[in-house]
Amino acid sequence: MVTPLKENELDKHVTISYKPNAKYSYTAGQAQSKYLLGFKEGKIYGRRCNKCGKIYVPPKMYCDECFRPTDEWVEVKDEGIVMTAVASFISWTRERLEEPEIVGVIRLLPSDERDFVYPGIFHRICTSYEEVKNMSIIGKRVKAVWKSKEERKSSIEDIQCFKVI
Amino acid sequence: MKVNMYLNKRVAIVGAGLTLFRRRLLETPQEIAWEASRKALDEAGLELKDIDCIVIGSAPDAFDGVHLKGEYLSHGSGGIGKPVSRVYVGGATGVMTAIAGWYHVASGMCQKVLAVAEEKMSPARPHPQSVFKYIWDPILEKPLNPNLIWIFAMEMHRYMAKYGIKKEEIALVSVKNKRNAMNNPYAQLGSNITVDDVLNSEVLVWPVQLLDVSPVSDGGAAIVLASEDVARRYTDTPVWVEGVGWTLDNTEWPARDLSYARYVEFAARMAYKMAGIERPNKEIDVVEPYDPFDYKELHHLEALQLAKRGEAPTLLKEGIFDIDGDIPSSPSGGLLGVGNPIAAAGLMKVASIYWQLKGTAGKMQVKKPVHTGVAQSWGDLMQAGTVIVLRN
Repeated sequence: MVTPLKENELDKHVTISYKPNAKYSYTAGQAQSKYLLGFKEGKIYGRRCNKCGKIYVPPKMYCDECFRPTDEWVEVKDEGIVMTAVASFISWTRERLEEPEIVGVIRLLPSDERDFVYPGIFHRICTSYEEVKNMSIIGKRVKAVWKSKEERKSSIEDIQCFKVI
Repeated sequence: MKVNMYLNKRVAIVGAGLTLFRRRLLETPQEIAWEASRKALDEAGLELKDIDCIVIGSAPDAFDGVHLKGEYLSHGSGGIGKPVSRVYVGGATGVMTAIAGWYHVASGMCQKVLAVAEEKMSPARPHPQSVFKYIWDPILEKPLNPNLIWIFAMEMHRYMAKYGIKKEEIALVSVKNKRNAMNNPYAQLGSNITVDDVLNSEVLVWPVQLLDVSPVSDGGAAIVLASEDVARRYTDTPVWVEGVGWTLDNTEWPARDLSYARYVEFAARMAYKMAGIERPNKEIDVVEPYDPFDYKELHHLEALQLAKRGEAPTLLKEGIFDIDGDIPSSPSGGLLGVGNPIAAAGLMKVASIYWQLKGTAGKMQVKKPVHTGVAQSWGDLMQAGTVIVLRN
């Protein structure tokens, strides 16, 4: 019933490796396309619902609460407040990393600290492990560090990270 | 009290079964489902021919390495020649499986339902973490190479920052649950550890360390549900499903405050309303909140309205949630102690509450008399909440 295998014993087992030759062409859609194109200009766009006043970043063509079309494009700042930040010592395959990767969530401005829902972005944060560990990074105001105009490819990677200002 | 749904029949749980929860079980997923199902039928004193409908719960297909898991598991779950449906709401699937079984009966469509949940996480090589990459938004999130633990670490740190909670206080959950799991014959990780052990374990994604998180695990769970018309034919001690609730929040987790589990609150309010519970912390005798991470149990106890926001750690320290406390929490050992085969872990929580209310939980039985119990699970990208209220 129970299988106390060691990793090296697993090598003796038959392992089936399979690489599905699956390739995807994802569609960014109306809202995300404009969002991604905005990155090329160094701008962050959102959509506003005029009924409830909510600003969606990443943008959406519909308001998921009012269930009606959002009304207009708005530009938000590439600055915001760090809501949370973490330091990852493991890769996405769970291998050990020497240097931690630091990522977090930024509440973009204009927005209010009392908002439960706000324009937000998940990205890398340029800071030290120490600042994550002592939590001093949380609540700080940060600004996007953009790649040079030539390097931008209309991807979230056009922002290198968010840095304290 | 008006409830936002219309019931035809009351529903009872009349049997439950679990397999061992272990890393690398030798059984196939189908064999695991069969074992749990057979045990649940045996406890209910029923044969498969007595069962009208089957509900299967399983989390991302990628874990078992097989797509179409509903079909794949239907043999082992007794589904051949019967109406079978599969539910899937990420980590919230386990309790959702019980809820889906419930609505098959509550609607009057079936009299007896077998609800089965199975997960086999360990086959993925080199580690199941890599399989999680395909749950992220392909355009906005995947380019950053996220690891699943990232989002929970982000949520944990937000929770700590918002309410000034320390890691030492959160680690007590892991200590409590792994200790409780020593009483559980199915458990993978029952042990006596200390707060220092947690704080000295490997840092995965700060603030999450190795002993803050539940293990990779395989396992199965099953329950038998029966309509009030027939339940007493099979048992003198049916445990009634008095309330159910389930909710999805939006998927924009970077655009909502992660310090509070709004999705679980919505689900809990729905379930409590149905069960007529007005003061959860006075009326609920035992609770199994979903605890794949230690902070998550505290987070969920608050969303379940059993503690005020940010105050669950204080109540934990006071012993309220201990096995001999006022509201024993995770007396089974939870996912941190029993193991986390995702969907099976959620249904294990329902089975645990059922055994507590039946009085057959053995060494896991809480000290005080219990009449109302709650099981809860949570999943997807921090958006799905499922809650079930049971009474004896």
